[in-house]
Amino acid sequence: MLRIKDLDVFYGKIQVLEGVNLNIEEGKVVVLLGANGSGKSTILRAISGIVDNLKGDISFQGSRIDSMRPEAIVSLGIIHVPEGRQIFPELTVYENILIGSYARKDRKKINEELEKVYTYFPRLFERQKQVAGTLSGGEQQMLAIARGLMGKPRLLMLDEPSLGLAPKFVEEIFRIIERINSEGTTVLLVEQNAEMALSIADYGYVMEVGRVVFEGEKDVLHDSEALKIHYLGLKYIS
Amino acid sequence: MVVQQLISGLAMGSIYALVALGVVLLYKTSDVINFGYSEMSMVGAFVAATLIISLGLPYPLAFLGALLFGALLGLFVERFAVRPMHKAPHISVIIMTLALFMIINGTAGLIWGHEGRAFPYKLNKDPIDISGVVISWDSIVIFSVTLLFMLSLFLLFKYTLIGVAMRAAAQNKTAAVLMGISVNRVFSLTWAASTAMGIGGAILIAPIIFLEVNMMQEILIKGFAGAVLGGFTSLPGAVIGSLLLGVIESLAGGYISSDLKSTFAFSLLILVLCIKPTGILGGKAIKKV
Ligand SMILES: Nc1ncnc2c1ncn2[C@@H]1O[C@H](COP(=O)(O)OP(=O)(O)OP(=O)(O)O)[C@@H](O)[C@H]1O
Ligand SMILES: [Mg+2]
Repeated sequence: MLRIKDLDVFYGKIQVLEGVNLNIEEGKVVVLLGANGSGKSTILRAISGIVDNLKGDISFQGSRIDSMRPEAIVSLGIIHVPEGRQIFPELTVYENILIGSYARKDRKKINEELEKVYTYFPRLFERQKQVAGTLSGGEQQMLAIARGLMGKPRLLMLDEPSLGLAPKFVEEIFRIIERINSEGTTVLLVEQNAEMALSIADYGYVMEVGRVVFEGEKDVLHDSEALKIHYLGLKYIS
Repeated sequence: MVVQQLISGLAMGSIYALVALGVVLLYKTSDVINFGYSEMSMVGAFVAATLIISLGLPYPLAFLGALLFGALLGLFVERFAVRPMHKAPHISVIIMTLALFMIINGTAGLIWGHEGRAFPYKLNKDPIDISGVVISWDSIVIFSVTLLFMLSLFLLFKYTLIGVAMRAAAQNKTAAVLMGISVNRVFSLTWAASTAMGIGGAILIAPIIFLEVNMMQEILIKGFAGAVLGGFTSLPGAVIGSLLLGVIESLAGGYISSDLKSTFAFSLLILVLCIKPTGILGGKAIKKV
């Protein structure tokens, strides 16, 4: 569904991704693991078209998207739920969710979608008139996901959805991601919580300072010493 | 007498409010303060006058025509002066708006000359007298048009998808882009709306003051002041601050000295800001600039 070939990304003169190759099959949950600063978010940003300086190619369902404008990429159904939630704090919960549908042409289906999203997140339904900045951290994360779902994702990219959340919320969010995937949406998941992420993933990539250093099926990754070494950085300790 | 002063203060304050709304709108979405705003507005008043004189258009049509001109002028300035600077620091864009001020003022002087002239439209209806309080038709027109502008803004931002998108973009550009919102489009629309609003103010005030190339400068300063008084990042705040400024000014003019009315109003502004630095409805302290 999505294929990245030899991707390099620069921020100014600094190269932060080097020769990244990645392949996401339709219907799967693919997880992207790696230490802080290894370039996980940058991969998502590159796919979304919001990095200025990139080389290599990114294709979605066979066509190149790497020089498309971000609006056009969103219209293809590639939806990016960014790191740190990034909700619109002064809009109401409802307005935040609604704006997630901005790029959609099928306006008549929006209400249907809204109902569906509220069944995923009943808590947001209760708070739909509330200003989003006053939601708790966990609720804001749910809102960010709900907003993403309104864009009718074919590929949903979630950047550290469990960051800073209590275990109860983490559980809830992962259950929802599983459900979204089981209803047909392909998911690219960036996570620090490797254990949890691998529990719902089909395939995974491990990154280290701008490169993919390991990839494999969920079970392989799960048992892999390489994962522990690279992801937890154990080799620097021992 | 007090009521009379109040009404003329509110009328003047409404003009400041239109200008303040345009200023704050632009600042909220793009962090830019447009010092060329007075001149862009002034040009609109001349366009309205020209439409009345040369094309013989009735006042309301000339008004709408000038608003349309304003929207186009805003789009033009955004596209060819602001957007090319998108990588420049905000302060450079703000200085660029000073250049706009000089360019437009000079060009307008060349076209229309520097002496004042009467706006070619004056309501000749008798003022309304409600038990001793006289309300001129000019004020009534000012109130109604200002209300109409505010209502349209409110409906736009509250009930249309593009309006909500504009607010979203004002709060978080990156997230807005990830929603598929074109930030350029939001900027264009904001410049169009803001310019049209200032022109509305200029046309409303033109029959009361003279049509003249420097006519909107003091009003822009008052609009800035009203906006700051209200909190600068709040649209309702901008309206409240401007109305307050108009009323204070009018009362000071009536009871203290009409030469000192601005002096008094601005001294009060400084006082208020010393007591509440974020303005009446402003939440957080003003960033950047
Ligand atoms: N806007 C930027 N300008 C310059 N450097 C940046 C920018 N954004 C990220 N970087 C750098 O690029 C590298 C990769 O960042 P990225 O955010 O992709 O990492 P990450 O794997 O998502 O990390 P984390 O787990 O902490 O979120 C880091 O070294 C970071 O400092
Ligand atoms: Mg990251």
